[in-house]
Amino acid sequence: MLSIRPSRRKRRPLERVVEALIRVAGFLAVVFVLAILVFLLRDALPILKTIGLGAMLSGARWSPTADPPKFGLLPLILGSLYVTAGAMVVGAPLGLACAVFISEVAPPRAREVLKPLVELLAAVPSVVYGFLGLLLLGPWLAKVFGLPLGQFGALGSLVLAFMAVPTIVSVSEDALSAVPRAYRENSLALGATRWQTISRVVVPAARSGIIAAMLLGLGRAIGETMTVLMVTGNAPVIPQGLVGFLKPLRTMTATIAAEMGETAYYTPHYHALFMIGLILFLIALAVNVISDFAMRRIPGVRA
Amino acid sequence: MTALGESQLLTPSADRGRSRARGLHRAKLVEKLAFAGLWLAAAVTVLPVLLILAIMTAKGARALTWTFLSSVQEGIFPAVVGTVLLVGLTTVIAAPLGVMAAIYLSEYARPGPAVRLIRLAIVNLAGVPSVVYGLFGLALFVTLLHFGRSLLAGACTLALLVLPLVISASEEALRQVPRGLREGSLALGATRLQTVRKIVLPNALPGILTGLILAIGRAAGETAPILFTAAFYALSSPFPKSLLSPVLALPYQIYVMATEVPNVPPEHKWGAALVLVLVVLGLNLVAIVLRTRMRAKRRW
Repeated sequence: MLSIRPSRRKRRPLERVVEALIRVAGFLAVVFVLAILVFLLRDALPILKTIGLGAMLSGARWSPTADPPKFGLLPLILGSLYVTAGAMVVGAPLGLACAVFISEVAPPRAREVLKPLVELLAAVPSVVYGFLGLLLLGPWLAKVFGLPLGQFGALGSLVLAFMAVPTIVSVSEDALSAVPRAYRENSLALGATRWQTISRVVVPAARSGIIAAMLLGLGRAIGETMTVLMVTGNAPVIPQGLVGFLKPLRTMTATIAAEMGETAYYTPHYHALFMIGLILFLIALAVNVISDFAMRRIPGVRA
Repeated sequence: MTALGESQLLTPSADRGRSRARGLHRAKLVEKLAFAGLWLAAAVTVLPVLLILAIMTAKGARALTWTFLSSVQEGIFPAVVGTVLLVGLTTVIAAPLGVMAAIYLSEYARPGPAVRLIRLAIVNLAGVPSVVYGLFGLALFVTLLHFGRSLLAGACTLALLVLPLVISASEEALRQVPRGLREGSLALGATRLQTVRKIVLPNALPGILTGLILAIGRAAGETAPILFTAAFYALSSPFPKSLLSPVLALPYQIYVMATEVPNVPPEHKWGAALVLVLVVLGLNLVAIVLRTRMRAKRRW
């Protein structure tokens, strides 16, 4: 294709400088991702002089200020898994249903109201969700279900579900809208009802995008900090069975947020908290790379 | 015999017809139930936003007095000032970097592995948990660069957090500018940078500003990144004297009032939370309205 090229003759020195800056800025995102990794490694790895990685990951007790300190991450990892799994059980079907509704079923007026509302749901600061969970929803649920405490794992899951839903909705909706119109028309022409078309043609066709949406929602939930810090009760115990959802627990993110402020720099405790941060960063990286890969398999959606 | 034969011939097809009719009827019924379920799911999804606004207004509106907003001693004024300063500085840092990165992606970069890498990095940066940004800010800005727990360290950390948002929104705004405008400018002998500065940027400006408003809303509500990089609950001098002074911040106040400090009057807590929600949702609403109007008004 013939394209018009900018004239090279008139480039002034200042212009060269600005263009160089623009090029550097373009790669800033890459630089920052690497910088975060480097700094997490720098401040996390020294903990391995105190305790081995295997012992840390499988250690059942987290009591960093005890003597001798215990840096077992198992309660925190399981706490994060519990809260996140609970959030996905609620959030995944809700988010997918909402996306299908917006993309396939909703009358235009309903869509115009819903889409901004979902955006606002994503915009509410996490400290506000935590605040409402702690002061209102937790005590109320505890009273209704006769629980001793208004802070427990399932409360975190419930609030996180609504924080993950906007991500799931917007990414799934993009994937659903990218399904070619002809798929729907052919299915309807064969005599399928609209629901049969949606459930057996459109949703399966958008499958990889929907998987990406779920992964990104999961990433959002596992990395969420202030909400879980405020509503899950912060007890670093290993949750047991389904009852574990009704007891206080503690996630990886909440541990960093709760303890880093009072930890002296460059102590084993400090390094242990950075190790948790490093693990969270690597989880987020894996989630994003996999979902990016899944999304690139949908035609028409730019990853 | 004939009648019997006829009926024998007819029965299966009539049956098939009836069962097909029954199947269709069932499919229609399933569809109705499924659509009802979808309506319900959509309602349940957005219910929290409306509930949050209603409950917070009911509980917090009484606290919103002039004294509460403007008093240093009995109100949240220092926290509001702290948040405004943090967010202002964040924007000053993130906006030029983000817009320049977007200009690179939209105007300079050619598709290829480098651009793929940049896009992957942006997606990943957006997915890093906010508390991990806090750790990074602590390691780089607070300790290594000796900013201390300060306005500057907090703003740098928040700037990193909103950077992917600014880049994506700006890039989209730049790409909306039609190719013809660029080609016209280049054909008149303008350089690429002149074209960007005089033609592309002015036309993309509304979209870029909308993205910045969203970024400001995000930065204003974030707590985890400033926990150990900037915020304190109480300070002997409530207003920062320099970029290296610690600050009070509204989201952090809300967190501490809700969890750590006993005897905070409830209307104080609810009032502070209501102010934050109104500011953040207000900013988002402005951005949404601007975007809708921009789409409606677009001339190309």
